[in-house]
Amino acid sequence: MFHIYCPHCAEYREEEEFHAKGQAHIPRPLDPEACSDKEWGEYLFFRKNPRGLHHELWVHAAGCRKFFNMTRDTQTYEIKEVYKIGEQPSVVAE
Amino acid sequence: MQQYSGFGLLKHSLSHHENWQRVWRNPTPKKKYDVIIIGGGGHGLATAYYLAKEHGVTNVAVIEKGYLGGGNTARNTTIVRSNYLWDEAAHLYEHGMKLWEGLSQDLNYNVMFSQRGVLNLGHTLQDMRDIERRVNANRLNGIDGEVLDPKQVKEIVPHMDCSENTRYPVMGASWQPRGGVARHDAVAWGYARGADSYGVDLIQQTEVIDLIIEDGTITGVKTNRYGDIMADRVASVVAGNSGVIAKMAGFELPLESHPLQALVSEPIKPILDTVVMSNHVHGYVSQSDKGDLVIGAGIDGYNGYGQRGSYPTIEHTIQAIVEMFPIFSRVRMNRQWGGIVDTCPDACPIISKTPVKNLFFNCGWGTGGFKAIPGSGNVFAASLAKGEMHPLAEPFSMFRFHNGALIDEHGAAGVAH
Repeated sequence: MFHIYCPHCAEYREEEEFHAKGQAHIPRPLDPEACSDKEWGEYLFFRKNPRGLHHELWVHAAGCRKFFNMTRDTQTYEIKEVYKIGEQPSVVAE
Repeated sequence: MQQYSGFGLLKHSLSHHENWQRVWRNPTPKKKYDVIIIGGGGHGLATAYYLAKEHGVTNVAVIEKGYLGGGNTARNTTIVRSNYLWDEAAHLYEHGMKLWEGLSQDLNYNVMFSQRGVLNLGHTLQDMRDIERRVNANRLNGIDGEVLDPKQVKEIVPHMDCSENTRYPVMGASWQPRGGVARHDAVAWGYARGADSYGVDLIQQTEVIDLIIEDGTITGVKTNRYGDIMADRVASVVAGNSGVIAKMAGFELPLESHPLQALVSEPIKPILDTVVMSNHVHGYVSQSDKGDLVIGAGIDGYNGYGQRGSYPTIEHTIQAIVEMFPIFSRVRMNRQWGGIVDTCPDACPIISKTPVKNLFFNCGWGTGGFKAIPGSGNVFAASLAKGEMHPLAEPFSMFRFHNGALIDEHGAAGVAH
């Protein structure tokens, strides 16, 4: 069971209030029409999926309903930090 | 290889069963192989077996970082079925189903395949529409299937709550009589024994720490125990860790690894002689020969490699089972565990060439890999032997995520993923 700090609510809440939304920091291509099939496919579907540190997007679904980012170890499940959308992580995955 | 038989059992009983030969060798690897298979789970061992048996490629090594069949092969809920909606998936899983039906004889190893039937329940009108569509599609593809009404469901599973007073009443089900369960460990062991008898080297306790790639062509692997081992072709069949191998090869996959939990109860007397799955309340249950209820449900939502999951997911699973079977409400759970499943965006596997020449991937089976072990191994072996993908594997290329030819089996496969 994760105990997650929501940076918007500024409180620790239980995992059940949150949903994981996959890899964070995936910028939408600025000009989708100019993308090749490969570039567009990789934007839509291809993911990092590391065993170790991972930056991911979470949503406080049963709380403030806002999105935020989390740096978490996918092996030990330790949460290194949470930060708001638009901010950069201080603990950086390779 | 010593053949197992009733007579052999009798003969060995005279020597107090102390002289059985080892089931497989524990060899030191050679310097070079025709094919190296990374991952000694069900899919990897089946691939090795069919490579040797059907294609005569016996200079093969299976490299496993733990022990054989110790990953998801040992952690699933052992359900076998082939009632998939789309033609591509249906053909692949049905290919596997046909192999299952003769597997114990083929391997001379009892995999305890029990065709006790699989029920996929419908609880809403939309569920029933989807079930009718899927059963019709199955029958057009030559796969057995029937649509049942609640009365017929009740006849098959008398202990299930089929009344109209429940929160999610059972409105019907799809029924695949040829589906069932098998003994998960025996599948890995049977394939391992078969592959070993053809001369395949099974290298356990050895981790692949890097790939040797020259000019975009793979030539071997680096291991932690035996240094570099060269190969003409390398096949990665490592399920949840596919992303790790892909990273060594320098590309990404459209996969995310999630924990998938399962649990078994204390053994109870026979009460459930079929497999019950429900997409809508989202749980599935069968009873093993030992008597314990084998229960599973959905994945944990986050990425994880920890081979354990969260308690809220277990709670949801049990809620679903108790909703269907109030009679199980006081059965105590004995063990709970998690496996790491590599899920694809379209809930279909990847059996594919890769951007690296002579490196092949078989992964992305997500929550439904066990049933596919024979079929997956069979088509993957054919692809490795020829260097060209088997026609049944062709649609499952990783490049379908570039050209958009996805095979959307979400939910259509009978249980939500």
